[in-house]
Amino acid sequence: MNAPTYNFAYLDEQTKRMIRRAILKAIAIPGYQVPFASREMPMPYGWGTGGVQVTAAILGTNDVLKVIDQGSDDTTNAISIRKFFEKTAGVVTTTSTADATVIQTRHRIPEAPLHAQQVLVYQVPIPEPLRYLEPRETETRRMHALGEYGLMHVKLYEDIARFGHIATAYAYPVKVNARYVMDPSPTPKFDNPKMDNCPALQLFGAGREKRIYAIPPYTSVVSLDFEDHPFTRYKHDACCALCDSGDSYLDEIVTDNKGSRMFVCSDTDYCETRQSQGHRGSENAAPYAESKHA
Amino acid sequence: MIPMIDIRNAEKTFVMHLQDGIRLPVVRGVSFHVAPGECVVLSGPSGAGKSSILKMIFGNYRCDGGMIGVQHLGSTIDLATAEPRQILSVRRNTIGYVSQFLRAVPRVAALDVVAEPLLATGVTRDEARERAGALLRRLNIPERLWKLPPSTFSGGEQQRVNIARGFISSLPILLLDEPTASLDAVNRAVVVELVAEKKRDGVAMVAIVHDDEVRHLIADRLVDVTSFAAAA
Amino acid sequence: MLDVTKAPRDDDQPLLLAEGLSKSFGRLQACREVSFALYPGEVLAIVGESGSGKSTLLQLLSAQMAPNAGSVSYRMRDGVMRDLGALGEAERRFLFRTDWGFVHQDPAMGLRMAVSAGANVGERLMAVGHNHYGKIRQTAASWLERVEISVDRIDDAPKTYSGGMRQRLQIARNLVTEPRLVFMDEPTGGLDVSVQARLLDMMRTLVSELGLAAIVVTHDLAVARLLSHRVMVMQGGRVVETGLTDQVLDDPREPYTQLLVSSILPA
Repeated sequence: MNAPTYNFAYLDEQTKRMIRRAILKAIAIPGYQVPFASREMPMPYGWGTGGVQVTAAILGTNDVLKVIDQGSDDTTNAISIRKFFEKTAGVVTTTSTADATVIQTRHRIPEAPLHAQQVLVYQVPIPEPLRYLEPRETETRRMHALGEYGLMHVKLYEDIARFGHIATAYAYPVKVNARYVMDPSPTPKFDNPKMDNCPALQLFGAGREKRIYAIPPYTSVVSLDFEDHPFTRYKHDACCALCDSGDSYLDEIVTDNKGSRMFVCSDTDYCETRQSQGHRGSENAAPYAESKHA
Repeated sequence: MIPMIDIRNAEKTFVMHLQDGIRLPVVRGVSFHVAPGECVVLSGPSGAGKSSILKMIFGNYRCDGGMIGVQHLGSTIDLATAEPRQILSVRRNTIGYVSQFLRAVPRVAALDVVAEPLLATGVTRDEARERAGALLRRLNIPERLWKLPPSTFSGGEQQRVNIARGFISSLPILLLDEPTASLDAVNRAVVVELVAEKKRDGVAMVAIVHDDEVRHLIADRLVDVTSFAAAA
Repeated sequence: MLDVTKAPRDDDQPLLLAEGLSKSFGRLQACREVSFALYPGEVLAIVGESGSGKSTLLQLLSAQMAPNAGSVSYRMRDGVMRDLGALGEAERRFLFRTDWGFVHQDPAMGLRMAVSAGANVGERLMAVGHNHYGKIRQTAASWLERVEISVDRIDDAPKTYSGGMRQRLQIARNLVTEPRLVFMDEPTGGLDVSVQARLLDMMRTLVSELGLAAIVVTHDLAVARLLSHRVMVMQGGRVVETGLTDQVLDDPREPYTQLLVSSILPA
């Protein structure tokens, strides 16, 4: 159901072509930040304007769209963007990871393995991994061009010197295709290994910073580390209180004013799918359908 | 025998640009030679240019004419025309200079100040320190001072450290600028002994000594600088 | 006075060769026809007053600025003499991180002020591919020791350091890759006299221990005397006098050099 006053997926065709050219270049040079003429979108910067533009540029009428924010399909941001495309493109939307062809995400990679027919679109606030230590854009671009990445290890060194281990827990820098160091957007480092050799195409859009970058399918993505401080995934040492999953990324939820807490899957679709398959966590004695409507 | 030092018609003039370009001729027609194992003492009144000649041989003062031939690593080199790095090489391998005053090396212990030239020639630190200690002992520097930087020493002590540093290496040419100036009789005698040992080792020396007794004891030959004094 | 017993080795191949270097900014001729050769292990001081062109010359020599005429060539570690003007940027920057050091007058220019001392020293190692935290830290600690910074300050950022410590840290950061040539721009400028003496003494020792070649720009003749084997006196963009340091300072020939030398306050 296309709203008559908008072009398909909101952006005009010239703009989408411009963005697609940037995307093609980004795919051709994995991990390289391609500048593009980011548009004003009907939502503020920081709400995913980069991801939305990428999604708008690649969306076709037959696509099935899923939008998640911190793993959840049900947060304001995810719902708004999903509705935005329902209204402007009339595409089918879903919360199921397996059914989606385009998944726009903020800060998570779904737990369910992605497949070759899917595109994962990341919303990126700050695309430049070197900015923390080198604020000059002219200099960081030169460093990328020349592959000078010693500085990235300086950041990891500082972590170890200060905390005894690499304390960077999200936006953990990776090297793509053994060439460019890339900021994987603020996903938890738990998700980093999922980017490596992934069958799906991964696209990154930074609206405010006007950059697009990509990881083509089946590309090597290596998390930076030291020989004696190797990269490790991190998650809370618990199982999901709802679906009992022991290997998904967990959110900590404070349940009262006395500091009681529970851990639940950050990926709502994954959690619900498991519950529907009969998995039960410690806080979830009742069947899923009942607890949902309780 | 090839002389170690062969100076011919060397001359030196200072031009004082800050005083309207006054020319101050210092020496002219300086010619003499020094054989291995020989100690030549420059004589003449103060201001006749003795120190200037010594500094010219060391390459500290530039030479305006003539030649200063020196046997360096098996060949003759003319210091009047040598490149700066050749002069550095000469100072490293051939010519040692014992001045009246120690150029204070801050924070370095006296023992290491003396041992340093040996270390540079590849002697181990232990052996260099041992030989340095032996020399300091001969020159009557009490052992409790060895670990201290010489900048805190009295003038006579500093001079003896300086002498030890100059005499410890085995360079074939030594230039001595008033080595005994502020020493007592006992230490003067030690310096005379050291000079005699260097002669036996075949070292060629040029010295400036005001003390008649010391001069008499070490000089093989006197070269009167008065004849080189360049009348303006 | 620099210890002559540890002066440059008798090496006949120059490390760096400047030929006819000239640079002008509009009508201002900052550098005119400068030529010289620097040999391995040799310390050259470039002296002159502000505006004499010595800092411009340093920029030209370190390939941070292109000359209008003339060239600088450098003997790479493989022994081949290369024209710095013809080096690619990647090669030039690599040289800067490995075989060269650059000590700035203002340590904030040469250090990452918000990053710990250990990482400041370790950065060059990480840049050339060192990937073992423990070893990097150990190397950094031993360099801090060499520049007389207490190892328990290794995790402090240089913004908490005194001026003299910052300068010593900057030196350690530069020397950790064992460069063969270090450029220094007024390395003791802005420091207290007592701090200067300690720094100079330390640099003197390091330079001779490591057999470093160095080009030191300074307006302070005492620094030149302590650190350098050779000195080049500049005035109005021109080299007016050059020679052994003690020669030039004890027996200055040119009017300008005599003026400079006579302006030194007696110690």
